[in-house]
Amino acid sequence: MTALITAEHLQRDYEVARGPFSGSATLRAVADATFTVEEGTTLAIVGESGCGKSTLARLLTMIEPPSGGALTIDGRDVTAGRHEDLRALRSTVQIVFQNPYGSLNPRHKIGAILEEPLKINTALSAAGRRERALGMLAEVGLRPEHYDRYPHMFSGGQRQRIAIARALMLEPKILVLDEPVSALDVSIQAQILNLLADLQEKRGLTYVFISHALAVVRHVADNVMVMYLGRGVEIAPSETLFSAPRHPYTQALLAATPIADPERRGRRTRLGGELPSPFNPPPGCPFHPRCPFANERCRTERPELKLYGETRAACHGVEENRIPAPAAPPLDATVSAV
Amino acid sequence: MPLLEIKNLSVTFDTRSGPFRAVEGFDLAIEPAEVVAIVGESGSGKSVAMLAVMGLLPASATVTADRLAFEGHDMLAMSPRERRKIIGRDIAMIFQEPIASLNPCFTVGFQIKEMLRRHTGLDREARQKRAVELLGMVGIAEPERRLRAFPHQLSGGMSQRVMIAMATSCNPKLLIADEPTTALDVTIQAQILELLSDLQRDENMALVLITHDMGVVAETAERVIVQYAGKQVERQGVRELFRSPHHPYTAALLAALPDRARGARLPSIPGMVPGQGDRPAGCLFNPRCPYADDKCRAVPPPVQPALGAALCHYPLNTAVEALS
Repeated sequence: MTALITAEHLQRDYEVARGPFSGSATLRAVADATFTVEEGTTLAIVGESGCGKSTLARLLTMIEPPSGGALTIDGRDVTAGRHEDLRALRSTVQIVFQNPYGSLNPRHKIGAILEEPLKINTALSAAGRRERALGMLAEVGLRPEHYDRYPHMFSGGQRQRIAIARALMLEPKILVLDEPVSALDVSIQAQILNLLADLQEKRGLTYVFISHALAVVRHVADNVMVMYLGRGVEIAPSETLFSAPRHPYTQALLAATPIADPERRGRRTRLGGELPSPFNPPPGCPFHPRCPFANERCRTERPELKLYGETRAACHGVEENRIPAPAAPPLDATVSAV
Repeated sequence: MPLLEIKNLSVTFDTRSGPFRAVEGFDLAIEPAEVVAIVGESGSGKSVAMLAVMGLLPASATVTADRLAFEGHDMLAMSPRERRKIIGRDIAMIFQEPIASLNPCFTVGFQIKEMLRRHTGLDREARQKRAVELLGMVGIAEPERRLRAFPHQLSGGMSQRVMIAMATSCNPKLLIADEPTTALDVTIQAQILELLSDLQRDENMALVLITHDMGVVAETAERVIVQYAGKQVERQGVRELFRSPHHPYTAALLAALPDRARGARLPSIPGMVPGQGDRPAGCLFNPRCPYADDKCRAVPPPVQPALGAALCHYPLNTAVEALS
């Protein structure tokens, strides 16, 4: 197995104006993200809004350059920013956005939307482009007559299929999926998740799957990275993360997720407070103001990611072995026979 | 006597392409302090039915019902003036987008106190005291200071707390929550759901929870109504519904949840919810139903009173099957 994406201490800062009379402030949207993604696997990135997961998607797709750290995709160094590397990588990495209503141009027909990447990046003839677009429509479960229709004539699920088809037109190796099913109804969500699984199997795609829905992540991911305030706080293989979460934030996130099983109802430990402002993140561990296990060391010294078995976690408590395991294996719905 | 009683409620919208029946034959009887969830996908009419109760539908909507009564008072026969006395005071509603539901031009304190001014006889000082108390109750730190904040200065979770404070300011007997946590993060969602459950228990408030999230239903509701394309397809207690769904749509919806699925592929429901122009003859679910036959495609299904009021010719999990 080869690592297709390697990120080390990746950072992204924004200069943000804070009103007419105060100077600009630096917002560190991604503060420290270190991970690798193997070819043909799915890495899920989980976290609440404002944790930097979408900024990370913009770094991986080279919409924005990182402010610090190192990022290597498919053997090419992104941080160096050499023109020919970036050009080659832009067809290697493609993205599917959350909102299929905003990401398709309403004035273009589906055919034109699908063929635009080919026009720019390949020397195919008009007939060749049309053939590729029609082939792709069939592959994502749409019909040939959809080629001449406009986006408004499609439902949310169909639009997401179109967005996936567009992302695949240049035959990328990596697909960054930024909340691809959060805007969809449950029955449609299952269709899209199955389509993504089929495509991954058939084309050997590598997915970076960004989501806040833990049940979905558990279903699709091989590895999971949990982010908090711009930092990866826990990275582990999916099964390990869901059966034995180490970081208190991961545990809290799992405990907060409602389980679709009324038999398992009950009051569990809920996380208080809200995500602190990224303009002045708390000193020490960024999670300490909400953490039930925080002590003096957590308030002053920032924990580094360290390896514990298969899990890498950034937590003094895990290192000092004072974080108890959660009472019940979270997120396990008993499946009724239907 | 049920707190809110709805029988055979229908809502029809006048649209450019003719009348569109968004809700048909909606029944609900909710007792004081009860939690009922209405589940369905977008376009199932779950919000429209409740907006009809609140009188918040646009003029293009025609609402008819055999009975629409709150505490035995017939709301259809009431004058708008009388109705407005109940709405907001005894029945309150919160919405999905908390930030969009607050008026950006006024402080949250003004907006909470406006409710109190309209519906209670409290004087200025008492209103201020009550507003501080309400914000504290919904878990906002430094309530005095937060009363002077404008909505844009609050996070989504805080705005929803303000909405809940406002909705519960007159101790309503019934709170209708329309997707109250859909726009919020999971840890904040857990806090808001807990707050709603506490209010329901401590203040004896009945709660109608409109949602598409089966996880939220499983954690909070006592009874569940499943809506599909404007019709109630099933009504059951929450445990019974999750254990033995009777309508094929409910069963398919539960099976499609990633939480409950095992294996690489999810059992998905083919096709999509029918819209205005393409509602099929017979059973509305027949084009997507694995059990449908010619009868389902031609004859509208009956209600199965013994089997969760399932609207189906061939309900699932009948007693014989459940035993085997």
